[in-house]
Order: sequence, then structure tokens, then C-alpha cells
Amino acid sequence: MSTELVTMNIGPIHPSTHGVFRMRVTFDGETIIDAEPIIGYLHRGSEKLAEERTYTQVVTLTDRMDYTASMTNNQAYILSVEKLSGITPSERGVWLRMIASELQRIAAHSVAIGFLINDLGAWHTPLLYLLREREKILELFEMMCGARITNSYLRPGGVFMDAPDEFWPSLNRFLDEMPNRLDDIENLLTDNEIILARTQNVAILDKNDAINASITGPMLRASGVDWDLRHRNPYDYYEKISFRRPLGTVGDNNDRYLVRLHEIRESLKIVEQCLDLIEPGPVQPEEVPFLVRPPKGESYVPIEAPKGELGFYLVSDGGISPFRCHVRAPSLINLTLLRDMVIGYKIADLFVTFGSIDVNMGEVDR
Amino acid sequence: MFGIGLLKGLFTTLKNLLGPVFTVQYPNKKVGLIGALKFHKKSPLEFLRTQPNEFIKSLAGLHEVPEYPSQAPRFRGQDFNWFEDRCTGCASCAKYCPLGIIKIETTPGSRDEKEGSSYDIDVFDIDIGRCMFCGLCVEACPFDALHMGSGFERANEKRKGLVIPVDELRTAIKTPSTWFRPQMEDKNYKPKEKGAEIKDWHDVGRHEQPSDEELTEKWVNER
Ligand code: SF4
Ligand code: SF4
Repeated sequence: MSTELVTMNIGPIHPSTHGVFRMRVTFDGETIIDAEPIIGYLHRGSEKLAEERTYTQVVTLTDRMDYTASMTNNQAYILSVEKLSGITPSERGVWLRMIASELQRIAAHSVAIGFLINDLGAWHTPLLYLLREREKILELFEMMCGARITNSYLRPGGVFMDAPDEFWPSLNRFLDEMPNRLDDIENLLTDNEIILARTQNVAILDKNDAINASITGPMLRASGVDWDLRHRNPYDYYEKISFRRPLGTVGDNNDRYLVRLHEIRESLKIVEQCLDLIEPGPVQPEEVPFLVRPPKGESYVPIEAPKGELGFYLVSDGGISPFRCHVRAPSLINLTLLRDMVIGYKIADLFVTFGSIDVNMGEVDR
Repeated sequence: MFGIGLLKGLFTTLKNLLGPVFTVQYPNKKVGLIGALKFHKKSPLEFLRTQPNEFIKSLAGLHEVPEYPSQAPRFRGQDFNWFEDRCTGCASCAKYCPLGIIKIETTPGSRDEKEGSSYDIDVFDIDIGRCMFCGLCVEACPFDALHMGSGFERANEKRKGLVIPVDELRTAIKTPSTWFRPQMEDKNYKPKEKGAEIKDWHDVGRHEQPSDEELTEKWVNER
């Protein structure tokens, strides 16, 4: 029997594409022969905009790159600025931003899992359970810094303001509740036969392929590579913290889901350890000026963002704004293997795989 | 056994179905008679006499009362609170805004001569249609004159309506957010509580207002 190839356009505005992402996919019947990602629909020129803003003003731009993980974006940028200008952050500020970034990781992974399951066709029930938990984190952020998504909480040298008193009991309540909620999610999803059938052994990513394509983050760990920058190249105070790094065995969509779920549990433990170690004190050193003016030079500090290695490469010419700012966006680099992962699978697996990579188009196009 | 996972999942959804409700029915939620009486703080007879239609509606559970989501004191709201008496027209806020959307025009003024020369503010427009509510302007203000607001209902059909003009800033009811204002937080100020309106510009400052003697001591005798 002879078949005819069909080329179809998916996106850029499509509910399953997590933003504005376009794919030109060639099918043979239901089987994918070729998939060409086309990006750039959400390009806002953040890197160029950063060149004409002061170092503190750029923090507000980083919020809008990966908008599900603003705190870690802030953190990556601030670490780079601190290295560039030689600012030693104050201790409490660092602890606070570690707590904030771990909470952000929980929120970002909740979104990732929720939408992955949503793409599978579990229409909104698991997603809303997870968004309900994320809502609590967003409320914590609102207490801390007055905003839920676009936080702009971090400043060179620490954070702009200490967390208010009512933050700590709420955080403790959240830490107590969250493991039970995660058990709920696991009961609902992990053993579900339909999900297993749809995700196991689909879009397997080989260890070596992942390393060669410089994939990072949960996606790399799902393929069984033990690489977590919080452990391998500790920034802030992560060397004082002990945590497990969940690894996948096969590297299929199910592993990517499980790794994220377990990372949420580890993040909760990290926050608890931070709470034990945090001490009162100033949150930002006195000597940090309002206008940071780093000496000539360049800096790059990679951090483990929820989606992978995130870093800001900053070049300073001694002025009040960066001469050049380049973002190593994990979403963009993780997306490069989409084509190789989906060829040979069915059209329905395309969206699941895309969801399991967990890209954020705001970060891909910047 | 095949199907155990599915059953476990269904049991979880059942548990959540019977659990507490998290949805906030902003702006209005429908309540029955008990909820309506609680909201209006009236006895049933009084409610029947004053709002007969609403009384019948509430019997069917269709009476609408406003419901708001909880809001943190630091919440960076949409309407800016500006205290003209505190503002010197230094335009730090305009310079520090990443988008440059605060427009200030001043003329040399005559008030408060003893605290140094100040300017009369002719134009102080904030174009919140382009604002991203980062709060950097508030952070930059050295005199605690500009505060983030605590409201979020300033939607408008026209772009022009999104520019807050200086007259509106002057006359608006002021319930500032405590974002970057630790002195307000120390006072345990909650902008969303009843009677939180700030009428006196002295109340929002970082310091107590110095007396005339202190000012003379600091600025005249010490020099
Ligand atoms: S909140 Fe931010 S964007 Fe809005 S006026 Fe102030 S500095 Fe500008
Ligand atoms: S609001 Fe504050 S920063 Fe802006 S002009 Fe007035 S005193 Fe200066």
C-alpha cells in the first residue's frame, strides 16, 4: 500500500504549545517523519534592552524571561552581577534567596508536571491540584515581595527587604502540608495505567545524546546523568546543604515526570534545612550602592534553574549598565533535541514529549 | 493488577471533591440567607423590610455579596499613592523607572522654605498602561512621597484613561502598600483593613518630623 506524506503546521497559537511555538511536522499516517521547530514569536529583545538599563533595572527584565521561575532568573542574574562587581552578599540575604529559589523550583515543577499531564489528556484535574499548591507558593511570594509572578525580589548583595513576620508561619504550614499533597498527586498519577502506557518508553533520550546536545536540568537527570550544579558547582550556600539527586533510568517521558516529582520533595527538604540555618541579620550589605558600577570585566555564573543550567554572561565597560548581556537559556538548548526525540512516534506523543521537555517560550525567545 | 492505579486515582479525586473549596469567587459570590445576613449584619426581618427582592433571591441562594482574594500588605497595586506635601520634585522616581513612564514638570515654588527650596508640581503623570509594577520608583523616592497602591481595579477602556494624572493622585484615597516602606510595616499597617486610609502625610515618613529647634540645631548651629 502506498502512503502520502502530509506536512502540517502546528502553532504558533495552539493550546498545547505552552506559549507561541510553531512546528512544521511531516506525517506518514500518524507517524512523525520530520518535525521542524520554528521559534522567535515571543522575541522581545531582552538582551538588547538590558544594555541600556542600570544593573538593578535589569532585574525586572529577567523576571519576564522564564515567567514560571522568576526567582531563579533573578538569582542567576544577581550572582553574575555580584561576581562582576565583587560584592559579598550578606548572609541572611543569601539564605532568603535560596529559600525563594527552592520554592520557585517547586512552583515551576508543579507547572511542568501539571501541563505535561494536561497534554496527555487528563483534562485539568491534576493540573488544578498542582496549581492549587503553586498558588500557596505564590501567596508566600506575595508576602515576601509584593508580586506573585514578576517578583524582582533580589538585589545585588542579597534581597531588598526581609521577609515579613507572617511569612514564616505560613511557610512552615506549607512545608507541613506539601508532602501529603504530593502523596495525593503520586496516588493520582504515578501508577495510573493510562499514563504509564502513554509515557513509558516514549521519546527515549539516550545518555550520550543528551550530553552531546548539552541538555541540562531534570531532562538530563532523567536520562541517568548525575549532573546538578547545586551539587557539582555549588553557588550561594548549597555546599552546606545535603540533598539527594533523583535520577532516571530509561530517559523516557515517564522518567522526566518522576524526576521532577522527586525533585519537589528534595526542594522541600532544602527549604527546611535553610530554615534551620538562617539567622537574623541584615539582608543587604550597607556598602552596596544604589547604582552598581562594576569595573571592566566579564562574568558568568551558571545556576541550576528548574529547567536546567541558567546563566547570565555579562560584560562591563565600567559604566552603570551592562555592555553586553547574554542569557544561556536552558529551555532553548533543551528544545534542540525535540526533533530527534519524536521521530518515529505518533502525533499524540509529540505534545507529550514537548510537555516533558518543559520549555518556556518566554525564555526560548527572550 | 491492572486497574489498581486507576482506582487509587479515582479515590484521590473523590477525597478532593469532598475537601475544602479553594476557589475565590471574585468579584461576587452567591450566598443564601445565612450568608447574606452575615454580610449585611441585619436581622432577617430587617433584611426583608429593607431589601425585599434581595431577600427572596437569598432564599434561592442567589444573593450576591462581594468577595475579594486575600492580599498581602506588600502587594504592589495598580494605583500609586502620592503625597504632594512630601514630594520635592526631585524626579528620582522618573529617572529610576526602567521604562521612563513618570512625567514630572515643576516650577520653583514657595512652600516650606525652611526645609530647603522645593518645587511646585505641575504635572506628575504615571502611565500605568506601560507600568510593570516593579516598584523601583518607590524604592528610589528619597522622601517617601511615592508609594505603591494596594488596589487592582483600575481597568479602563481607553489608553488615555490608564494615565494617572496629578489631580487624581492628589485627591485619591490613600491606602499605600508597604512595599519598600519598612516604617509602615513596623507600625503593622494593613492597607486592606477598614479605616486604613492615610490622611496625614506625616504618617508615612521614615522619620518623625523634626521640630523647629532640631532643624535649627542641625542646619544652622552645627554649620
Ligand atoms: S512601578 Fe516600575 S515601571 Fe511602574 S512607574 Fe514605577 S518604576 Fe516605572
Ligand atoms: S515622588 Fe519622590 S522621587 Fe518622585 S519627585 Fe517626588 S520626592 Fe522625588
